Amino acid sequence: MTAHTGSVASTARGRGIGFRVGASFLHALGLPFLLLVIWGVATSTSTNRFFPGPLTIFEAFVDTWVGPAFVEDVLPSLYRLGFGILASIVVGVAVGTLIGLVRWLRELLEPLLEFFRAIPPPVLIPVVMLLLGITDTMKVVVIVSGAIWPILLNTIDGVRATDSVMTETADSFQVTWWERLRFLVLPAASPRIMAGVRQGLSVALILMVISEMFASSSGLGYRIAYFQRNYLIAEMWSGILLLGLVGVFLAVAFGVVERRVLRWYHGIREVSRA
Amino acid sequence: MRVPSTRRLRALRKALLGVVGLAGFLAIWQLIPTLGLINSQYLPYVTDVIARLSEELRDLAFWRRLGATMTSWAIGLAVATFAAIVLGTIVGLVPFLRRATHTTVEFLRPIPSVALIPLAVLMFGIQRQAALVIIIYASFWQVFVQVIYGVADVDAVARDTARSFGLTRRERLSHLVLPTTLPYLMTGLRLAASVALILAITAEMVIGNPGLGRMIELSRSAGDSVGLYAFVVVTGLLGLLVNLVFRFIERRSLSWHQSVRGEEVL
Repeated sequence: MTAHTGSVASTARGRGIGFRVGASFLHALGLPFLLLVIWGVATSTSTNRFFPGPLTIFEAFVDTWVGPAFVEDVLPSLYRLGFGILASIVVGVAVGTLIGLVRWLRELLEPLLEFFRAIPPPVLIPVVMLLLGITDTMKVVVIVSGAIWPILLNTIDGVRATDSVMTETADSFQVTWWERLRFLVLPAASPRIMAGVRQGLSVALILMVISEMFASSSGLGYRIAYFQRNYLIAEMWSGILLLGLVGVFLAVAFGVVERRVLRWYHGIREVSRA
Repeated sequence: MRVPSTRRLRALRKALLGVVGLAGFLAIWQLIPTLGLINSQYLPYVTDVIARLSEELRDLAFWRRLGATMTSWAIGLAVATFAAIVLGTIVGLVPFLRRATHTTVEFLRPIPSVALIPLAVLMFGIQRQAALVIIIYASFWQVFVQVIYGVADVDAVARDTARSFGLTRRERLSHLVLPTTLPYLMTGLRLAASVALILAITAEMVIGNPGLGRMIELSRSAGDSVGLYAFVVVTGLLGLLVNLVFRFIERRSLSWHQSVRGEEVL
């Protein structure tokens, strides 16, 4: 990574800043543009109706999602997703910290947690449906029941791996338990917690889509399945595109939050590497 | 002499507590419908589920469904891994390609693979191929990204040394790039194996191609809650097995590596 940025900088230095900006712009957008053009050309010459051209999809995108559908289908989905992610993080970190700190509890629960994590999350949808019926709460519970495991288990690992010198220092300075949690345990566990949250996010998105495909009369997943059953091909593609955008947005938002939360950590890593 | 005995005691305590935890969980599960907290129609007795499980295990049809699921899983994982290793090595070794593909990869990777289910159904109908599209798409990125990181992580000093000793391209690949990439590749492979299993079962649930996932969906729509819970337990055990096997493979293939050697000293 460092090697290649170095070489870019050294070749671009002689040719001025305009060239450098232009080059990175080309690198960033060249291939996507090329792929779109190839897609457009290929679809305009072929007769395969399952693959409409990019312009058709874009038109369908505007027609389908801009307007009341945004309020009826997109917002409820996003609301369930956001609520589910938030609940997973809060519960996962709280319970994970507790289990990570209490040794006997950890040993008691470890095999169970391993099992629950190994269950493919989507199979929980029928179970939660059976227990809660088809409601909004059910969809949020489905998201939590899948997304919580990576967060919970990573928090446990992170809390466990707190540096023992620091723990003993905190002991001898008689730091109160709240201060200890706030300034030692949680920061020490945060890189692992964030890694867990990253995994949890993609699970949450998958569960949002499937729970809506399964049991819903609104939402993104429902809409896409509906378009497919009615052979509204361009609309279906526009839905896939929208889901992709939601996924990209989640990844970008996570990246921003992670950089803020783990600023100290990345700083340490860079210093130790140099 | 005392050190190993306390360690053994600790391991024994851990195993014992684990068993107690498992037994406690099963007991609570049994108690909830017994006390009527949740109707046994929605949460069946654990004894019924276990009886059903042992019944299924003696049924050849069950093993055939399990076989169907694991076949999709194995084909999908193999194709995705092979494609990811080849493409990841090429992209990772050529800095221009790495820069040029970055945005495309970052856009395609977060697309939830289940969003492609409708497309896969249109293309292939209710068949294994439709499930394979989803499985391969999801597990490809796990391996691909790790391989790119791994290939790019080759130590600069080692690379320069290899160059000044005049190693050929092939020698460099097998003595320099491969050992550096292997830990990354194994991580990617382990993640991809569980992702592939999740999507194999999900695809069967949503698309309806034969396998364990379809049995879950059929038990649900038939109101057979005992069967539903039994199949959910089976998928959990399957996930656990895949995890264990791939962790074992990871440790074996990296037994020379610092991360594994360091663990064994402790």
